[in-house]
Amino acid sequence: MKVSCSVNGQVLVADDVWEGESLLYVLRERFGLYGSKNACEQGECGSCSVYLDGVLVCACLVLGGQVNGREILTVEGLSHRTALHPVQTAFVEAGAVQCGFCTPGLVVAAHDLLRRVPDPTEAQIREALAGNICRCTGYAKIIDAVQLAAGRMSG
Amino acid sequence: MKPRLAPAATVTGRVGENVPRPDGVLKVQGGFPYSSDLQVDRMLWGATVRSPHPYARILSIDTSEALAAPGVRAVLTHEDVPGKRVYGLEIPDQPVLAFDVVRYWGEAVALVAADHPELARRAAQKVHVQYQVLAPLTDPEQALLADAPRLHPDGNVTRHVKIRHGNQDARAEVVVTGEYEVGMQDQAPLGPESGLAVPDEEGGVDLFIATQWLHVDREQLAGVLGLPPDRVRLTMAGIGGAFGAREDLSMQAHACMLALRSGRPVKISYSRPESFVGHVHRHPGRLRYEHGANRDGKLVYVRARIVLDGGAYASSSTAVIANASCFAVGPYRCPNATIDGWVVYTNNPPCGAMRGFGSVQNCYAHEAQMDKLAEALGMDPVELRTRNALETGSQMITGQVIDGPVPVAELLRRIKERPLPAASDPGSLDLTTQPGGVSNTTHGESVRRGVGYAVGFKNVGYSEGFNDYSTARVKLSVVGGRPRVEVHTAAAEVGQGLVTVQAQIAGTELGVTDVVVLNADTRVGSSGSSSASRQTYITGGAVKAACDAVRRRVLALAELELGRKTGKTDGLRLERDSVVSADGREIVSLTTLLGDEVIEETHEFRPRQTTRLDPETGQANAHVQYAFAAHRAVVDVDTELGLVKVVELATAQDVGKAINPQAVEGQLEGGAAQGLGLAVMEEIQLKDGVIRNASFTDYLLPTILDMPPLRMDVLELGDPHSPYGLKGVGEPPTISSGPAIVAAIRAATGRPITRVPVRPHDIVET
Ligand code: FES
Ligand code: FES
Repeated sequence: MKVSCSVNGQVLVADDVWEGESLLYVLRERFGLYGSKNACEQGECGSCSVYLDGVLVCACLVLGGQVNGREILTVEGLSHRTALHPVQTAFVEAGAVQCGFCTPGLVVAAHDLLRRVPDPTEAQIREALAGNICRCTGYAKIIDAVQLAAGRMSG
Repeated sequence: MKPRLAPAATVTGRVGENVPRPDGVLKVQGGFPYSSDLQVDRMLWGATVRSPHPYARILSIDTSEALAAPGVRAVLTHEDVPGKRVYGLEIPDQPVLAFDVVRYWGEAVALVAADHPELARRAAQKVHVQYQVLAPLTDPEQALLADAPRLHPDGNVTRHVKIRHGNQDARAEVVVTGEYEVGMQDQAPLGPESGLAVPDEEGGVDLFIATQWLHVDREQLAGVLGLPPDRVRLTMAGIGGAFGAREDLSMQAHACMLALRSGRPVKISYSRPESFVGHVHRHPGRLRYEHGANRDGKLVYVRARIVLDGGAYASSSTAVIANASCFAVGPYRCPNATIDGWVVYTNNPPCGAMRGFGSVQNCYAHEAQMDKLAEALGMDPVELRTRNALETGSQMITGQVIDGPVPVAELLRRIKERPLPAASDPGSLDLTTQPGGVSNTTHGESVRRGVGYAVGFKNVGYSEGFNDYSTARVKLSVVGGRPRVEVHTAAAEVGQGLVTVQAQIAGTELGVTDVVVLNADTRVGSSGSSSASRQTYITGGAVKAACDAVRRRVLALAELELGRKTGKTDGLRLERDSVVSADGREIVSLTTLLGDEVIEETHEFRPRQTTRLDPETGQANAHVQYAFAAHRAVVDVDTELGLVKVVELATAQDVGKAINPQAVEGQLEGGAAQGLGLAVMEEIQLKDGVIRNASFTDYLLPTILDMPPLRMDVLELGDPHSPYGLKGVGEPPTISSGPAIVAAIRAATGRPITRVPVRPHDIVET
C-alpha cells in the first residue's frame, strides 16, 4: 500500500508498504530516518518513541499503514540543524548518554514530559520515563539531564 | 561501497576533566549510525535458520524450497563454509553452521539472503531440516558424572581449576557452610547484533560491525572464510552496548559468507528474541562453601566447589572459571584455601563473558558466607570483613602478593559511615516508593527494612600469561593553521567513553587543543578487547606511549631550532599548542615549528607479564591489577508478597585516577544497575534447554523505577604501575552491588536466600 504522512514537517511518501510493516520500519528503512531505534520491537523499551499526531507512541507498535495522512515527529525533528533542543543539550552535558541506543527514545519521552510538566519532581520524571529502558547508565544521569533541561527551559 | 559511519569529532580536554563525549551530539539527535542502521545500495538482508531443539542429530537439510522463494539470493548450510567449520575464542568448538548435531536451542543451522528482511525470514522457514531429537543434558552436575553423554569429543569438562593454598587439613573453631545458586543473566545490550558485509571485486570482504574486538573477529573470520587476514577488513560501526555479549562472533561470519556467495552487500540485524540465542550469557553457577574461622573472626580456611554451566560451547569459559576460582574467597586474607572450580558443557545456551566475568557468581557466595560467619561469631558483619580485609602486601589464595593500594577496609568504612536514608513513610501517597510500586500492593503494611553490605574485587586486564597489549598510532600535524592530533586505534567504544579518554590522554600529553580520534578499524594493530575493564589502562597506555614518542620528536625538533638560536633547551614542554619553557613561557607555536611536517608514531603498550595457574595448585602471579568496590544496600521488603524495593545503594570504589570523572560515575551507576538486575529481576528461564523468556516482555531489566539513588565515594589512590595511576573501573560496580542487596533482603526477612535472582517465593514462607 501507499503511505503518505508528514514527518518532521515534511510530507513523505512510501510505496509498496507491506501490511506487516511497522511505523518503525517505515521510518527507518523507507524514509532513512534511523534515529528511532529498534531494541525490542515489542513496545517494552521505548527506544523507538516518536510523536504521532502529538501523542507519544512506540513506533514499533504502530503499523505503517495506520499513519497515512497523519503527522509524525521523530527525534530528528527536535533539533534544527545544529541547534540542539535544551533536552538534547542537557543529555550530553549531564553524561546521560553512554552507548546512546536508548537516547533518542529517552530524549523524545523527556521532551514530552517537559511539554506537559515544565517543572517535574523526581518521582514524576521516573514515572514518565518508566517505559524507556537504558542498559548502560543506571538512569541517575538521565534524571540529572531532565532536571537540568527543565531548569533551563523554565528559567 | 561504504555505508555512512560516524564522522570523527574534535575533542578538547585534559586527563582528570569532565570532557563530554564527542559522539554525544549525534546520539541525542538520532544521527549516530549504529551497526543496525547501516545501509548501502543493492543491499540484501540475511536471516538465520535456527535449531528448535537443544540437542538433536541433523539427518538432512533441504534448501530447495527456500531457494525458490521470491526475492531469495542465497541459501547456505555447513557445506558452504569456505574454510574452517568451527571457531571459538579459546577452543574452536563452535560450528559456524551446525553439522551432524545441534547442541543448543537456537543454534544456527542455515542462512538465507533476500531482498527484504521479511522475505528472508519467510524463506528461512522454508529450509527443511530433519532432526533426530536427543535427550538434552541440561544439569551441569549431571554433566560431570562419568556416565553422562559426552557432548564434545574430550568430554564435558571444559576446565577444572584447582587452588591448593596453605594447609589443606586446617581446622577452625567456628565453621559455616552454605550452598548458593546464581541464575543465567543476559547482557541485554540495547543495540542488536548487527552488521553489514560488503564483498569486494577480488573475493575479499569488508565488514562493518559492532564488536568488542575487531582483530580477534578478523582472525576467526579469516579462518572461517578461508581468506588471508588482509582480505578481511573490519571497520567499527556504532555499538549499542556490549557488556561481554559482543566478544564472540554472532552474525559476522554469516553476513560475510552470504555476501561472498551472492556478490551483494548483506546486512544481518537480530531481533530481540534472536539476540537471546545470538550471544553467550553469564554462566549460571552452583557454589558450595565452607568457611572456618577463629573465635576472634580471623579466617582460617575456605573450601569451595564451584560449578559453572558453560552451555553448549566453550566461548571464554576457561578464563571465566579461572576468575571464579582465583577470587573465590573474596578480598580477604585467607591462609588456607581449597578451591575446585569446574565449568562444563551442557545443552543449555552457551555462556561466556559478561561484566564481572566469573567474579560475580562467587561474590554472592563468599559474601553470604561472611554474613553467616559474622552471625555465628556474634560479630558485626562489616567488622568481620574489615578484620580479614586484604591489604597492600597481602597474599592472595593464588600466592600472588598484591602491591599498590588495597583499600578494602577503607571502602567498607566509607559505606558504613554514610548516613542511612530516612525510614519510608507509610503515609506516603507516592506508591513508587513501596515494594510493588504502582501495582498498589501495599501502603507499608508488612514492609520491613533491611541493610546489607558486600565487597568484591577482580582483575583488570587479561590474565594467566595471555599476551595483553594494545596499539596506538598518533599523528601530529598542522591542519588549517592549527596543530591537530589524530589518534587511531582499533579499540571498541562500547559506550563507556573510551574515545573521550583517548582524546584526553593525547590532549594532555601533547598539549594540543584539537584532538580527533579516528574510527576504529583493522588498518591499525590490535587493541585487544573492550573487556576485563582494561581499555583505559591498556589502550590508554598505548596512546600515551605513542604520544611520548611524538613529543620526543617535536622537542628534538624544537631543540635543534632553538639550540641554534639560543642554546637554551632545558625543560621544554608542550602546552597550549606550543613549545613552552620550563617556566611556562611560550617559545614557539607548534604551527610555526611544524610547518608542513607530519610527526607520526605507532606504539604498543604492554602491562606487566602474568603467568598461568599451576594446574595442581593454582599458584601463580596470574593477574595484572586488582580493582575493588564495596556496596551497601537498603531495601524495603513486603514480607507477605515477597516483593522488594531497593531504597538506596551506596558504594565506594578505588579508581586509581579518574581520567574522566563523569564517565567514571556513569560506570559506577550503570554497573550497579546490572548488579541489581541479577539480584532481584533478571534471569533467562530455561526449561529442558529451551529459553522461555526470550523477550524484553518476559526478561525483566531494571527500569528507572527500579533503580534507587546511588551514593558514591570515588577514591583515587593511584596505582604505581599503571598510566596516571588509573585502575580499571567498569566491572567492580557489577560485582558487589547485587550481593549487598541480597544481604539486605536477608536482614529484612531473616530468610536464608541462597539463590539469585531472588524470587517472591524465596522470601515468603510457604
Ligand atoms: S523498539 Fe519499540 S519499544 Fe522497543
Ligand atoms: S546509554 Fe546505552 S542503553 Fe542507554
